Amino acid sequence: MTDSLKLHFTINGQEHHGEAEPRLLLVDYIRHHLGLTGSHVGCEHGVCGACTILLDGQPVRSCLMFAVQANGREIRTVESLGTPEAMHLLQEAFHAAHGLQCGFCTPGFLMTLVPYLEEHPNPSEDEIRHAISGNICRCTGYQHIVDAIVLAAQKMNA
Amino acid sequence: MKPAPFEYHAPDSLEAALALRAEHGDEAKALAGGQSLIPAMNFRIAQPALLVDLNGVDELRFIRMEGDELRIGAMTTQNTLERSELAAKHQPLLFETVPFVAHPQIRNRGTLGGSIAHADPAAELPVAAVALDARMKAQSVDGERWIPAKQFFQGFFTVDLQPNEYLTEIAFPAMPPRTGWSFMEVARRHGDYAMCGVAARVTLDGKGKCKAARLVYLNVGEGPVDAEGAAALLVGEKITPESSAAAAEKASAEISPFGSVHASPEYQTHLARVLTKRALRRAHERAQAAS
Amino acid sequence: MTTRYFGQRIKRNEDPRLLTGQALFVDDVNFPDLLHVAYVRSPYAHARIKRIDVSKALERPGVAAAYTAADLGDYWRVGPLLVSPPPVRDIVFNERTQPILAKDKVRHVGEGVVAIVAESRYIAEDAVADVVVDYEPLPVNVDVRKTLEPDATLLHEDLDQNLAAHVIQHKGDYEAAKAKADVVIAREFWYDRGTAAAMENRGVVAQWDARFQKLTIWDTTQAPVVIRNGMAAMLGLSESQVRVIAPFIGGGFGPKIMMFYPEEMLIPWLAMKLNRPVKWIEDRSENFYTTTQERGQWHESEIALSKEGKILGVRDVFWHDSGAYDPYGLTVPINTQCTLLGMYDVPNYATEFKAVFTNKPIVTPYRGAGRQHGVFVMERLLDAAAKELGLDKTEIRRRNFLTPDQFPHNHKIIYQDFTELTYDSGDYEPILAKAKEMIGYDEFYKTLKPQAEKEGKLLGLGLVCYVEGTGIGPYEGARVQIQANGRVSVATGVGTQGQGHFTSFAQVVADQVGIPPDEIDVITGDTDQFHWGVGTFASRGAVVAGNAIHAASKRVRQRILDLASEEFNVPPEELEIGNGRVCVIGDPQKTMLLGDLANKANPLRGAVKPGSEPGLEATDYFGPPMGATAAGAHAMILEIDPDTMMIEVKRYVVVHDCGKVINPLILDGQVHGGVAQGLGNAFYEELVFDEQGQLLNGSFMDYLLPTALDVPRIEVGHHETPSPLNEMGVKGAGEAGAIPAAPLFVQAVEDALRAGGIELEITQIPLSPKRLWELVETTKAE
Repeated sequence: MTDSLKLHFTINGQEHHGEAEPRLLLVDYIRHHLGLTGSHVGCEHGVCGACTILLDGQPVRSCLMFAVQANGREIRTVESLGTPEAMHLLQEAFHAAHGLQCGFCTPGFLMTLVPYLEEHPNPSEDEIRHAISGNICRCTGYQHIVDAIVLAAQKMNA
Repeated sequence: MKPAPFEYHAPDSLEAALALRAEHGDEAKALAGGQSLIPAMNFRIAQPALLVDLNGVDELRFIRMEGDELRIGAMTTQNTLERSELAAKHQPLLFETVPFVAHPQIRNRGTLGGSIAHADPAAELPVAAVALDARMKAQSVDGERWIPAKQFFQGFFTVDLQPNEYLTEIAFPAMPPRTGWSFMEVARRHGDYAMCGVAARVTLDGKGKCKAARLVYLNVGEGPVDAEGAAALLVGEKITPESSAAAAEKASAEISPFGSVHASPEYQTHLARVLTKRALRRAHERAQAAS
Repeated sequence: MTTRYFGQRIKRNEDPRLLTGQALFVDDVNFPDLLHVAYVRSPYAHARIKRIDVSKALERPGVAAAYTAADLGDYWRVGPLLVSPPPVRDIVFNERTQPILAKDKVRHVGEGVVAIVAESRYIAEDAVADVVVDYEPLPVNVDVRKTLEPDATLLHEDLDQNLAAHVIQHKGDYEAAKAKADVVIAREFWYDRGTAAAMENRGVVAQWDARFQKLTIWDTTQAPVVIRNGMAAMLGLSESQVRVIAPFIGGGFGPKIMMFYPEEMLIPWLAMKLNRPVKWIEDRSENFYTTTQERGQWHESEIALSKEGKILGVRDVFWHDSGAYDPYGLTVPINTQCTLLGMYDVPNYATEFKAVFTNKPIVTPYRGAGRQHGVFVMERLLDAAAKELGLDKTEIRRRNFLTPDQFPHNHKIIYQDFTELTYDSGDYEPILAKAKEMIGYDEFYKTLKPQAEKEGKLLGLGLVCYVEGTGIGPYEGARVQIQANGRVSVATGVGTQGQGHFTSFAQVVADQVGIPPDEIDVITGDTDQFHWGVGTFASRGAVVAGNAIHAASKRVRQRILDLASEEFNVPPEELEIGNGRVCVIGDPQKTMLLGDLANKANPLRGAVKPGSEPGLEATDYFGPPMGATAAGAHAMILEIDPDTMMIEVKRYVVVHDCGKVINPLILDGQVHGGVAQGLGNAFYEELVFDEQGQLLNGSFMDYLLPTALDVPRIEVGHHETPSPLNEMGVKGAGEAGAIPAAPLFVQAVEDALRAGGIELEITQIPLSPKRLWELVETTKAE
């Protein structure tokens, strides 16, 4: 074991001070130390995308970062999007289009898509499929996810 | 799948990073984007004792022109690169290659320097670097030296860096006029390490004949495989289906694929032939358009 | 009965929690004094354990304990047999189930040898490296046939061969049928292994509360009630002392029902022993070895036909890979035997299998559960027969369909539910016709394909048929209660892993009690809420639990009517229920909120009629006499890159008959997901084991799950033949999407290659670009 190091970053708009052993993965810190369990661990080698969060606005794998690397950065997790009572438009669209089944991969999809849709307000189906190709879903066959994204884009542009 | 413990340093300047490297030598493993290193650490295949995290070294994040060379800081992310107008304009082959690297989330962290220094034989960016005759800048507390890409890659995950050096910058010289390019690969799924891939460059002379060519392959050898013999066959010739086929045949003898669960060496060799022909056709079209 | 909600595309009740990161999964359970477990697992597929030394691990700071098999004392055990063998005459079955920790020897890579308990998973993994285990490697068996050879090293040394089971079933007289046949076609087939790869790995958290003498287990299981009962028995507790919670589960697909995994047996014991909560979360690396897998079967098959293409008989002999243990009995190979017959009238059938032990991870049902293999064999045989007889591939199928007047149809062989395999209902011609129409079958061969050929493109079409035995017993139950706040609570014993039970079950209740589905709270997977039931598997949730809920809801409805009848002093026929109220028809003054009625039904003072029960609540059960048979046809068009042999699926059509549909939106999702897994199984996913039983692609980098770019848009059509076996007329649908994809895919590939003048036959699955290239090269060379 090595000594813990001090941490300081912003998470979902809140300043956070803490400490962590250097090897602690960011996703473990977020889930088990901060109690934000919406980001999920599916593979721990950067393929499945379930742990995708926003780091300074960009989607990254939180299983491929150490918590100490978040120092001075701004993190957003799925918990920042909306609440069950007041969901984010993208969450509403996933709900409407049945874009999730077991829901385990879903937070990773959402965090990938939030910045994507801001940058690409009118994506084609093919572009959407490329955009989510780094997120694996084992339940839906992706079709309702794609439908949800199309719906979200329509709503955003309305 | 949790990494073993390590000592961690996050220098905020190149000077500090190089000092750590000087002090600890090979023990001081550089942490760039971490998109290959951290998975290996999570599997405990890699257990570095000391990590020097270069993410805080802002001076290694840049894309700029120096003369007609595109200079890119080693810590420039692949995402930055794929959005760079300078890269698109001056190094279209490199620009075309970047989106083949994994997925957007990985490219948001993964760096050009990290990929090149990691020297995975299946990686795309080292192949582009060799095809473009890039130069690598190795820096240490004692100074710097520039290494041609071809010499930089020395085999499986092995590069020409001394225990006191870090790769800090990659320089891409301008492509000659009337040059066309193409990067193609065949992967089981988009974003996977490909079963085979090729970066092709064709420069035409005034008469439309091939003046110079490069054909560099991935995942068919211990590092980027530069099929010089195949390229030489094309020089002085028109790029035609026949000359391309001859080059493809020659290239298939210059590579030495190892095979994997996804592809036998024979299939990889076959793919190399197919890709050679396709990439040459595309590069030739572009060279003609540039003429 | 007004069916306002049944059959509607209703948005799911469970989504808001899942979408906002509020849903509880097992790994989200946390305690301040939680201990974490990591396993020392066998690096060998077959070895004797000579010595284990955990002393260095115990010295490591943060390590609480380390357990070997010997350290478990009396608690060391093997898991129970989950499904006993079916009552087939002269059946051979050798029960050998997995140990809680390997003792003396290991039989597959990844088998748990030592459990390390530490303050964090990180430290536990550090300590794993501290443990020294001396192994004496033994010869390894990976091949399903070679493992039965006389010189094969025995996995279970008390047996005289590596035979797990031998089952022979007959219908009619195949040999006699063959003697009269115009055409006999024999082929060999291989169907290799894949893994379910649910996005959430398995996990167990256990907490023993010594003050309340109560054990709580959070488990990624598809069958919480069975786990509770089993754990109570193993730990010497009353069932009421054990609460098993299967919270939100990140995908199941079958393997999460394999009770009892070694970790499921060990973690609760550790929590009691150490008197601290203990967590084990499987990582992806472990998942590739320790979660059960499916598929390896070698078939030697024969079909006898008349020259008109009528099937006279089928003979199929196969070897089934059980892996190192066989805790799930014979469900998978029996499903293969029984699903092989498909939609067809097969008068004579001789089927025999040997289930064998190999040094590979355990095989238990994974979505399809053996059905794939049977469908693969039959559809491939029919393709070969069609070619031989010069018949259209859809025509040979049509000619052999069971006709509506043949239902219920008894196939006279024993099915996985121990009854004779009987199709309850079906009407197959319209399914085929619709699939042909949707894919544009005639147009494809008339226009599209010739055009593609001219352009040098390899375009192919596939179309295959299948049945899916669903909704088997024994039973499920449910309790439905209208609460004082007007909401309804519904509790059932099945677990849920994304199938939308929170919504489809609510729809079933809504129609009876007149309360909309979003005001109905379904609770699944908590044994303190409902403790009778079996589990979610075999596409049975909607059928069996759904009908139990339906039955309980009807009783609640009756109670509402009875009580309101007394309240308003009118006969029940004059009452109507809706919008959360009960009222007297034609008298808007006489109305009452159901919540208020529920309150009235729970008096706190005064006398009630003898025998009356409190509350607007009812519990009921449903057990079907046998499974309901769903059916369907899949069609696809694909294009092959003639140079690279990479394949792009252009179109995919599913026509499916699962009887009455509760929620078509959810059903479509089930079908899409099944197809994605089927395509994965056909072309992307293959577990590659070497001769030493080592898995060569145990990561998501090399085990290729289809991404959004690999799965096409899927067009779904429905045909509806209600099941006569249950009041709702439903059949299961969970596995249909996955079952026929492999034969469909290879049929389309063959069709496409034919355009390039290459005539070949694919008899092995999964396919890959590499294998296809090799096949094509071999064919060209011949």
